[in-house]
Amino acid sequence: MWSFHRWFEKHSLILLIGILVVVSIGGLVQITPLFFIESTIERVEGVRPYTPLELAGRQVYVREGCYTCHSQMIRPLRDEVERYGHYSLAAESMYDHPFQWGSKRTGPDLARVGGRYSDEWHRAHLTDPRSVVPESVMPPYAFLADADLDLRTMSDHLRANRLLRVPYTDEQIASAAADARAQATPFGEGAYEFEQRYGRVAQRDFDGDPARVTEMDALIAYLQMLGAGVDFSTYQADAPENER
Amino acid sequence: MAARGLTETGDEALVILAILIAGMFLVLFGAGSVEGPFATQMWTMFVAFLLGAAGIVGQLARAPQSGKLSRYENGVVKAGVVASMFWGVAGLLVGLIIALQLAFPNLFYFPEAGWTNFGRLRPLHTSAVIFAFGGNVLIATSFYVVQRTCRARLAGGLWPWFVFWGYQLFIVLAGTGYLMGITQSREYAEPPWYTDLWLTLVWVVYLLVFLGTIWKRQEKHIYVANWFYLAFIVTIAMLHIVNNLAIPVTLTSSFSYSLFAGVQDALTQWWYGHNAVGFFLTAGFLAIMYYFIPKQADRPVYSYRLSIIHFWALIFLYIWAGPHHLHYTALPQWAQTLGATFSIMLWMPSWGGMINGLMTLSGAWDKLRTDPVLRMLVVSVAFYGMSTFEGPVMSIRAVNSLSHYTDWTIGHVHSGALGWVGFVSFGALYCLVPWLWKKQRLYSNALVEWHFWLATIGIVLYITSMWVAGVMQGLMWRAYNDFGFLEYSFVESVEAMHPYYIIRALGGGLYLLGALVMAYNLWRTARADAPAHERAGDHPVAAASAAAE
Repeated sequence: MWSFHRWFEKHSLILLIGILVVVSIGGLVQITPLFFIESTIERVEGVRPYTPLELAGRQVYVREGCYTCHSQMIRPLRDEVERYGHYSLAAESMYDHPFQWGSKRTGPDLARVGGRYSDEWHRAHLTDPRSVVPESVMPPYAFLADADLDLRTMSDHLRANRLLRVPYTDEQIASAAADARAQATPFGEGAYEFEQRYGRVAQRDFDGDPARVTEMDALIAYLQMLGAGVDFSTYQADAPENER
Repeated sequence: MAARGLTETGDEALVILAILIAGMFLVLFGAGSVEGPFATQMWTMFVAFLLGAAGIVGQLARAPQSGKLSRYENGVVKAGVVASMFWGVAGLLVGLIIALQLAFPNLFYFPEAGWTNFGRLRPLHTSAVIFAFGGNVLIATSFYVVQRTCRARLAGGLWPWFVFWGYQLFIVLAGTGYLMGITQSREYAEPPWYTDLWLTLVWVVYLLVFLGTIWKRQEKHIYVANWFYLAFIVTIAMLHIVNNLAIPVTLTSSFSYSLFAGVQDALTQWWYGHNAVGFFLTAGFLAIMYYFIPKQADRPVYSYRLSIIHFWALIFLYIWAGPHHLHYTALPQWAQTLGATFSIMLWMPSWGGMINGLMTLSGAWDKLRTDPVLRMLVVSVAFYGMSTFEGPVMSIRAVNSLSHYTDWTIGHVHSGALGWVGFVSFGALYCLVPWLWKKQRLYSNALVEWHFWLATIGIVLYITSMWVAGVMQGLMWRAYNDFGFLEYSFVESVEAMHPYYIIRALGGGLYLLGALVMAYNLWRTARADAPAHERAGDHPVAAASAAAE
């Protein structure tokens, strides 16, 4: 009965094809359905695409490798829900290219950090983490406040997202850089137009430096909207359409 | 057609030269990017291509060496051994640094220098040990093993050198990129889109060189180690390409957005991530086990049939295990259960392979007393057995609810990485250096003993401290007091980690020290002033018969 294996041992191409077939099955069975089944492609009210400033902040989050210590995925376990808030929904990361669920909590989960702390707390914490949390082991990110946000390719960022079916309009793409500036300059030029394009989202001087739009502005804008979109006082987890 | 390009006619030098010159034009196009880091990466590539082209021109100018074809291609394997040792020490050093950063956050406190932060150095560590050290060990040993087991010189003339230097360029691009903040933030797949494309090209050539050598073989059967190498090479190609599908912001930008988002992206990434473990860190190193343990013990592989079952069961089951990284997340539960089920089933082929490796010592167990290199290889298989038992346990949902997000995972990874991958690699390198540099023996077996014990004590300190730390974290996070409130704030769990982070750094330090002892030992072996020691069977069969005619 073992002699059939001779075919694989004597013909490299048969061996190669055999390997490819055998290693393809698992991924196909597990991954393909996720593009079609309801619970993974549902839409939930309150989940919206990132504004340009938030998207730029997310790129800072990605660039600095925050995922190496912080997760963004609250599990439906009693202690996690009490510590961090409502468990994370699939829809809440539907615009996340790439996802940032993470795998390690050297620091706490950030899926619902939005609105938990003031901008000023974030500023102090990012500049020198141990100034507000003495036991923290987080490294300092003071340099973000000195780095002007590079908005030269902001429109390209939105355009790439639209290719991936994130619903940005032509107008939003064209004015991406201005909108990023406007969100961090609430009484400045373009603030009204920004609100016209993105609705009522937080427009603040996030980094406390009204003269400049920095990477600190962007990162705090991103952190402050994390997990704050869905209104869980009206979201019905056990409504039939939300049952898993 | 590909096979045609991989023949020894000498044409391949011109093809490689054309690729390098085309590459120089392409990267110059990106060197004017508004993004400083991207422009730096393009100039790095330009310089590398230029050096490569100069090297090729130098090769062409030199008179062809006669009788080259009657020998195995050892040069590229030697280069791989040196590169492995270099990147191994570098990767372990970065690991020690980031371990110290967590233990003593104020020791490395540079508020204005983002590149020194943990978030940028951690991918540097993981990529350096997995891809730079592990990858070079795999490429070097596969080039060595496929020649001996096929009794044919490596196919492709200069192409194996293209693979070697192309891979080093990939490492340099990825590593310097991380420091400048160029990353996709996908665990173990951090390099950006253009670096991924370059690796794809190098990897396809690697596959063709490997296959080309198999096609030239003078043996009817393909040896079992080569099945594992082949599965490693093609599966990594598949995983790498699918997981890195992305849309660049522009062609002169290092930023890109992954093709998938959210849940779909998460499972694709962990399908990749777990099988980077399964195929890069397991299948490839099992190939090393199947060649170097029988060689060093001078015994045949314990069971031929077990190796067939081991091979097919392992590669079939591994691919399903990814979802166990996503327990209790927004991934549908059926997928999580499927992932856990296959992870538990995976225990069987893993231990089947372990038994096949260990039982190869039947009748030669006494050699463990006298041969520290063999002992290192055998202990690596024991660590393999241990971490492939721990893995299935951690994939059970109830256990995972405690272990996930904690340092237990870090401990588990390192029992596999330091114990299995590290030791089997060290064993193979200890074998290869005397074989390749034609010495009768290593410079010092006593230093191998020192290495063995330093590394073993280092691993024990590392994994026990991480077990305690991880379980403690998990229990603290879910502890309630008598009033029904959470007992601990998050930061109290951070504070509690301090002593364990120190012990872990100590363990990592010992392991690094062991590697330095090894580097010294290998260097002295290669430089030893001894007459060349020829081994039987160190020439390809084809060459021997050609010489006889």
